[in-house]
Amino acid sequence: MPGAEAIKSNVPEFSVSELAFSLKRTLEEQYARIRVRGELSRIKIHTSGHLYTDLKDADAVINAVCWKGTVSKLSVKPEEGLEVICTGRISTYPARSNYQLIIESMELAGEGALLKMLEERRKKLAAEGLFDPARKKPLPFLPETIGVVTSPTGAVIRDILHRLEDRFPRHVLVWPVLVQGPGAAEQIAAAIDGFQNIDPRPDLLIVARGGGSLEDLMPFNEEIVVRAAANSKIPLISAVGHETDTTLIDHAADLRAPTPTGAAEMAVPVRAQLQAQIMQDGQRLYSGLTRLASELQHKLEAKSRGLGDPTRLLEVKTQRLDHAADKLPRVFTFLDHTQKIFDRWSEHLAALQPRLTRDWEKRVDYAGKMLGAYSFENVLQRGFALVRDAQGHVITDAAAIKSGQDLDIQFKDKKHIKVQSR
Amino acid sequence: MAAANALEKMSFEEALEELETIVRDLETGKAPLEKSISSYERGIALKQHCENKLRDARSKIEKITVGKDGSLSTKPFDQKE
Repeated sequence: MPGAEAIKSNVPEFSVSELAFSLKRTLEEQYARIRVRGELSRIKIHTSGHLYTDLKDADAVINAVCWKGTVSKLSVKPEEGLEVICTGRISTYPARSNYQLIIESMELAGEGALLKMLEERRKKLAAEGLFDPARKKPLPFLPETIGVVTSPTGAVIRDILHRLEDRFPRHVLVWPVLVQGPGAAEQIAAAIDGFQNIDPRPDLLIVARGGGSLEDLMPFNEEIVVRAAANSKIPLISAVGHETDTTLIDHAADLRAPTPTGAAEMAVPVRAQLQAQIMQDGQRLYSGLTRLASELQHKLEAKSRGLGDPTRLLEVKTQRLDHAADKLPRVFTFLDHTQKIFDRWSEHLAALQPRLTRDWEKRVDYAGKMLGAYSFENVLQRGFALVRDAQGHVITDAAAIKSGQDLDIQFKDKKHIKVQSR
Repeated sequence: MAAANALEKMSFEEALEELETIVRDLETGKAPLEKSISSYERGIALKQHCENKLRDARSKIEKITVGKDGSLSTKPFDQKE
């Protein structure tokens, strides 16, 4: 059947390789840059660092790969079940005739999907207790040093610094970080962690960013940032985006400020107000004491009135004193009288004295005369003589005289004659 | 009352709180005169301390730089950067 031959020969014949490479060319040219929307499934990061996953929807599935160098730059952290739009290209693997999507960037598929993901993440972190009210630390009334984690450029840091300057100038440490895009979350988390160990350690942290799209604010929703904020030992104020924006760091922060300027207002009190308050306290202190003193003085006066007139009390005493004083002269009179008696007796005594001594003289004189009358010399006057021996002893008996004894005879004229007995 | 607290170590907030307590106590006038006088003296010292703390307000803005080896250093922050 030549017809059949002809038909057959009309169909070009490929080797397997030719077909496989032809398909590869066709697919890679046709789908050199595409955006695919789907749900991430079976995510696996190989030890090489490449990420393998499936992108699927209700009816179909396509393998996808993200090379190591791209993974770290993804603005979305790939998570199971996450609905994303991947930008990339189709590539085939001729050895197996597989085709796959090479992911070059990834974004969340619409706000709804993003919010759904955030809500799920919030629930997960909340279940861990990271947002517990008990974890919230009170803000210092007046921080000495404030650490600010934000972009060093732009309005945010300027707003914060200006408002601090207006209210209460402080020592501010700015830790510059990227606030959006790849790597931002890591930098923000590292800054929060880094502030914990710095010297001087700030006593308050502000993590801030200006307004932006939901995607722009994503770093502040990342788990790594939320955990860093929750684990911060330093009280932390979050101020991300506008008032209507809520990011997960707001839940972990000790206080959420609606704007960066608002954060500065929460951070420090107004110095001038405090000065006024202190001054007022000083006045109240003074008037309080003054009032107390005057109250006490009034009380004292009232009490002293109750005591009566002290001069009257004194009058009574004075009277008693006068009365007592009146008695005093009488005492003097008594003393005077006694003195007179004494004087009189003294006179008597004095008068008595010569008389007493004269008596004694007379008696001595008399005794002397008596002595004279009885003296042997007076007997000699009457013609008697006194005989003594050689030793002067008086010899009254002639019998006592021995023969040839020397005798001394005394006469009235006191002359002695020596004789010898026979 | 934290009368034993050394003033120098007190934060502004602590000092202010104690000062206001003393003011209120003194205004009620219930304390004896002698205690009131010592309270007053304490109050004056606290007021002085608070004023010093308020006077110390100076802004100093620094930027943290992370070195290649991870070491941290600070340098003045230029807002016009």
